[in-house]
Amino acid sequence: MQNLILNALEKAKTWARLNSPWVLHYNSGSCNGCDIELLATITPRYDVERFGVKLAGSPRHADVLIATGPVTRQSRDRLLRIYQQMPEPRYVMALGACALGGGVFHNCYNTLGGIDAFLPVDVYVPGCPPRPEAIINGVVLLLQKLKGEAVPHGEPQPA
Amino acid sequence: MTYALAVEALAGVEAPPRAQAIRTLVAEMERVHSHLLWLGVTAHEAGFDTLFMYSWRDREAILDALEALCGNRVNYSVNVLGGVKFDVTDEIAASIHQAIDILHPRTVHYLNVVTHDAAFLQRTRGVGISTPQQAELLGLIGPPARAAGLRRDVRADAPYAAYAAYVPQVITTTAGDLAARCEVRVRELFESYRLIREVLNTLPQGELTTRMKRNVPPGEVIQRVEAPRGEALYFVRSKGGETPDRVKIRTPTLCNIASVAVMAVGAQLADVPLLLAGVDPCFSCNDRTVRVRQAGAGDQLLRWGQLRQYGIDFYAQKRTATHA
Ligand code: SF4
Repeated sequence: MQNLILNALEKAKTWARLNSPWVLHYNSGSCNGCDIELLATITPRYDVERFGVKLAGSPRHADVLIATGPVTRQSRDRLLRIYQQMPEPRYVMALGACALGGGVFHNCYNTLGGIDAFLPVDVYVPGCPPRPEAIINGVVLLLQKLKGEAVPHGEPQPA
Repeated sequence: MTYALAVEALAGVEAPPRAQAIRTLVAEMERVHSHLLWLGVTAHEAGFDTLFMYSWRDREAILDALEALCGNRVNYSVNVLGGVKFDVTDEIAASIHQAIDILHPRTVHYLNVVTHDAAFLQRTRGVGISTPQQAELLGLIGPPARAAGLRRDVRADAPYAAYAAYVPQVITTTAGDLAARCEVRVRELFESYRLIREVLNTLPQGELTTRMKRNVPPGEVIQRVEAPRGEALYFVRSKGGETPDRVKIRTPTLCNIASVAVMAVGAQLADVPLLLAGVDPCFSCNDRTVRVRQAGAGDQLLRWGQLRQYGIDFYAQKRTATHA
């Protein structure tokens, strides 16, 4: 009986998460290009808010961390700290060439590499900067992962 | 573009007229996108999210045009050393005209909002005033300087690319407050629309690139351009060869951001984000900030508790000072 209730609760939680993935956006050294495209994604043409995706002001309210830019020496600790402040289960999306592997800042004296050098990344969205469509695709992939579905690696998503 | 212009100057190469005109065109289109973006961010900081959504929606029109031209929304990479990469075909010219046709009436509306909307004006009028003298002293550039009445615009003062042929009217106001900064930027949009139309209608024929020298001779050069946020300055030094010896960039935000500390005096704490937005800051650009201070000249190390006490004492003192 108890199991049944727990199961139902788990299902309800997944349902809620799927319908309102709140996002925390953190710029760990990006040139602002990616950040602007992320913002463009919530404005009327793309409007991901209609899917319940919303920018959260605090890591404690967020389900997904969207990180842009390479990890710089200065921001590394902050990045780790806000990740630790997020409630479980938490997901990470690396946005843009720089977040993936350093991009144009690769091997700079003050950068330490991409996001996945420090955090477990669930979805990678390439591009410099990624188009809003690509960001939305990344969110869709993430939702599939949230549902527990297998997410294809490397292959483009069938429409 | 600044870098390309600088290296071309070093190499003694000049891009062909068509390339110069396309550079001007793209620079103005960038200004349009940047000012619309800024308008949205400022509106957001003023708690006016509706305007944020509207202006970003309209901004997509110019982004579409840029994308038609160069295939990318944000990083256009139009310039190459010795010219430009992309040509403006009739089709693309038509799509840019179309975007401007959409944006023009919208901008009339925005001008009306920033100059007449009572709620918006309550947040902006008389807030963060900088007088012309202050602006001069602080070395303001770009729209904040023009809002304070300084006629300062690299496009007009030291024309580069094709700005000698397409002369922008420098828009200034005298109020110097946040409302003035809004008004200047929105009115600059009209000027950009005019320039874009003019360039499209009178685009010179010819090549897109000239041959660039493989080896750039030794030398130094400073190149300035009027970026949407103000004057951007590049210093390039070459020791000869293919790679520069040094490239130093001074972004406009760096000149303007310090002024916030002066303008914020006497304003409400809640005005600070708006004042910051008023100079159109690019925080990534500020990573170039270098703070020089004299070692040992009055430095103090404060622990958290001491800092807190310092704050309390400071305000207590200030209160007694104002009551006295
Ligand atoms: S991927 Fe491109 S747009 Fe994004 S932070 Fe890096 S350089 Fe900037």
